[in-house]
Amino acid sequence: MDNVQLAASAAALAPGNEIVLGKQFVEMTVAPELLVSTATALKQNKDTLFDMLVCITGVDWGKELGVVYHLRSTVSNHMIVLKTKVSDRENPEIDSLCSLWPAADFHEREVFDLLGIKFRGHPDLRRLFLDSTWGYPLRKDYKDDINILAK
Amino acid sequence: MEEAVNNIPLEEEEYIINMGPQHPSTHGVLRLVVSLKGEMVQNVEPHIGYIHRGIEKMCESLTYPQIIHLTDRMDYLSAHINNEAVSLAVEKALDIEVSDRVKYIRTILSELTRIQSHQLFWATFGMDLGGLTCFFYGLRDRELVMDIFEETCGGRMIVSYNCPGGLMNDIHPNFQKRTKDFIKYFRKTLPEYDRLLTGNVIFQERLKGIGIINREDAIAWGLTGPVGRASGFSCDIRKHNPYSAYNKVTFKEILYNEGDSFHRYQVRMDEMRESMDIIEQLIDNIPEGPYAEKMKPVIKLPEGEYWQSVETARGELGVFIVSDGNKNPYRMKFRSPCFANLAPLNILAKGFKIADLVAINGSLDLVIPDIDR
Repeated sequence: MDNVQLAASAAALAPGNEIVLGKQFVEMTVAPELLVSTATALKQNKDTLFDMLVCITGVDWGKELGVVYHLRSTVSNHMIVLKTKVSDRENPEIDSLCSLWPAADFHEREVFDLLGIKFRGHPDLRRLFLDSTWGYPLRKDYKDDINILAK
Repeated sequence: MEEAVNNIPLEEEEYIINMGPQHPSTHGVLRLVVSLKGEMVQNVEPHIGYIHRGIEKMCESLTYPQIIHLTDRMDYLSAHINNEAVSLAVEKALDIEVSDRVKYIRTILSELTRIQSHQLFWATFGMDLGGLTCFFYGLRDRELVMDIFEETCGGRMIVSYNCPGGLMNDIHPNFQKRTKDFIKYFRKTLPEYDRLLTGNVIFQERLKGIGIINREDAIAWGLTGPVGRASGFSCDIRKHNPYSAYNKVTFKEILYNEGDSFHRYQVRMDEMRESMDIIEQLIDNIPEGPYAEKMKPVIKLPEGEYWQSVETARGELGVFIVSDGNKNPYRMKFRSPCFANLAPLNILAKGFKIADLVAINGSLDLVIPDIDR
């Protein structure tokens, strides 16, 4: 299945999402409240069958905080990128995908640790690398007191 | 009789043992909090972050050629392959096609890297299970690969040899001869490894049927590399999304269905043979050509998002770059194989003895700086 067909079947499976044909992958921008239903549809449908969660990346887009999911189908070897954003920087919350892919457990804890995005329904959401006295270093407004890399 | 019963007063209680971060069998600063009932593992909770250096954050204020030097320090046993991943991602973003010479050399060096990484795995895994001789054999042979790296790249472990656009320098005149000599030598030595360890009854008894994960779970947990392939999950990026010169060579993807510690070990032993096959197909045919493309002094990636996966000795390394058009990445993410491979340690070790936890942890072949980044 090439990217054009994949975009068409993804659009049919999860209506209401913005789909862009990127240079490499099909990129889907999903509203946070549609995330779980979209991911479930993409995972369970026989055509798309995204059974592997490759990576979760948290990105600070300035006004919004975003999460990027890279999914792969191990049957047909195609990939799709799901993106979701929340504008509440004080208390950002996104639904957890741990029930769909257990791999999301550590990846979501990492995003929580470094960007402070909370995942609703995560079984054990604790900080992963840093202790609780740190801020969220991957946010663009993070103040680095030691400033090792200041120019 | 009554006395014997009274001698085990704590039988019903669960107790907690702290393993690491300075435990020799965790191969780095990994801390495992293990709940035990008698000798049986009830729960394992990994605590990581002891060597978290914030590489992703540091990347945001560095240029792309500088980032190459940081990637050596993630999975230090796959340094060449990490360099290659970032180089490929940058080249992909800039639509640069490197010469065949670069592709061949990159592939040969990646496979040498895989061999030396698996040699070190074999050496330390044997040591974890009580066979100290393995450590000397493995490190003796690994030194030969390190010498090849030193001669061509200048560094032994921290090589930084691949760079965006090609290689830092051309190969050393001795490179081909030395590599061929090494392959000739290692073809003879590898059966020695099997005689020393693989066939050993105690070794097999300690690994077969220990720490099993089936194919469905391996996919769901995102296990890649030898760990995934031992469970029958065909996940070799070199086969499925070939990069560099992997589409020009023939090799087998090693797959087993058992998914236990012994087959994770066996996959790596077989992969060393496949790696030698790949090198032999390429080493005499390195084409002429430039060793690097001419790059602009300041590399700026066009605005957008770029992903590149490569197969390191431990599994799939993904590099995800978000660029806003500047000379620094806006966000850089490394999907490291060890991070994903560590996650199911709890379900692998549950119900086995604490000594088996050492074997399971060893068979995952974790490199802790790759987990923490």
